[in-house]
Amino acid sequence: MSLRGSACIVGAFEHPTRKAPDRSTAQLHAEVAWGALQDAGLSKDDVDGYFCAGDAPGMGPLSMAEYLGLDRLRHVDSTDIGGSSPIAHVAHAAAAIATGRCNVALITLAGRPRSEGQATGTATRRQDPAIPDDQFEIPMGRTVAAAYAMCAMRHMHEFGTTSEQLAWIKVAASHHAQHNPHAMLRKVVTVQEVVESPLVADPLHRLDCCVISDGGGALIVARPEIARSLQRPVVTVRGTGEALKNHAGGYNDLTFSGARWSGARAFEEAGVTPADIRYASIYDSFTITVLIQLEDLGFCAKGEGGRFVADGNLISGVGKLPFNTDGGGLCSNHPANRGGMTKVIEAVRQLRGEAHPAVQVKDCGLALAHGTGGLLGHRHGSATVILERMA
Amino acid sequence: MSERAIQAPIPDPTTQPFWDAAAEGRLMIGLCRDTGRHFFPPRGVSPFTLSPHVELVPASGQGVLYSYTVMRTATPYMPAMVELAEGPRIFTNLVDLEPEAVRIGMKLRVVFRATEGGPPVPMFAPA
Repeated sequence: MSLRGSACIVGAFEHPTRKAPDRSTAQLHAEVAWGALQDAGLSKDDVDGYFCAGDAPGMGPLSMAEYLGLDRLRHVDSTDIGGSSPIAHVAHAAAAIATGRCNVALITLAGRPRSEGQATGTATRRQDPAIPDDQFEIPMGRTVAAAYAMCAMRHMHEFGTTSEQLAWIKVAASHHAQHNPHAMLRKVVTVQEVVESPLVADPLHRLDCCVISDGGGALIVARPEIARSLQRPVVTVRGTGEALKNHAGGYNDLTFSGARWSGARAFEEAGVTPADIRYASIYDSFTITVLIQLEDLGFCAKGEGGRFVADGNLISGVGKLPFNTDGGGLCSNHPANRGGMTKVIEAVRQLRGEAHPAVQVKDCGLALAHGTGGLLGHRHGSATVILERMA
Repeated sequence: MSERAIQAPIPDPTTQPFWDAAAEGRLMIGLCRDTGRHFFPPRGVSPFTLSPHVELVPASGQGVLYSYTVMRTATPYMPAMVELAEGPRIFTNLVDLEPEAVRIGMKLRVVFRATEGGPPVPMFAPA
């Protein structure tokens, strides 16, 4: 069955913090849940579906339902596909609503890697003997940065993509972040500053990488009749898609991502094309993540991403495809090392007309949010949602 | 580049023969008998058909560089994807060459590097 129009996002909240040594992870989840319910004009007693991923402590819903006092749950889902999880949760919530398993779904994400001092991108973790790939990859010094850098290197080799083109993605994000008082990095940067920042994993520089931040966010997804009874603009789920991609026995092509499949599924369900999208939230763990996903989602042809992102084409009010107008993970926030939640939240802000006036897209009726979770160069989940503002 | 300390791989019952061969300096890969295709990493089922009709076979140890990076950590090193002559790409490290000399497509051969108390791991050097 199609999920088109079966559910609406009625509440969205991003925690303003970027550093929270004084709060537990569970407390952050609670604060964003409260924020999203306040935003929607609902209370916790309205919530009968709950969604969270591996960033939630303990056994996810079991721990969090108790902490949050959610005592009317009849549907839970703790699907974990890394940073793309919250975007998949929107689709799963819409499916649960469409099939009558819940009416009001709460999705939370929160974490505090910054306070915990995680070297998220550059440290190799210890092996888990139960994870089949660990023994072949951890001794090789697998890191998050290396996984994305190898994709960038191959993309440059096949298509002539340059560091300067990648830098334009960071430049665009910084132009947006200057207007976000909560963003970690508000200074507008130049292409030269990006390519002259220290190399982290060739060809990626420090400024090609996202921030490490504490915080989180939450969404409320509800049945359309409930959405229309509330006082907020109605944002409906028009299309959804998910996909997984991995080494496939040793035949992994690093130049494309699962967005090729999740995006196609979402566009098909929505009955629209990339040319119809007015605003796009694109997962930005690294600049290369954005470039590869833009190609795979169909905003430009494979191999054309470098030319597409150059010269400010992603800057709101300047280019053809305004992206990550909150500053994204590259400049604003990447809570719990997972950027999918904030991608949906900024898309909702744009559709409601509640983005910062300096970056608000005029007549923004159709927006896309896309996430990649896991490691682009090894194995990752992809989730895409297309959201629409209803009159 | 100086060489970093390498975590010992932790074999499981399915992969023990792979690591036993590595200890003897031999690179093994999976072969799916249903399709005739090689695969990596080895496992007890075919990633192409899910059937248990698989065996562990010797690889030539020859390959070409598919992609790589230079991790600019305290002791820099070069994670890489190498396309084996038999087809599969293996996640490994480049050794015995400087970053400036690396070229995607260059011919490589397997060399084994000692780990911290475990079997050696397959890495790749210029052929």
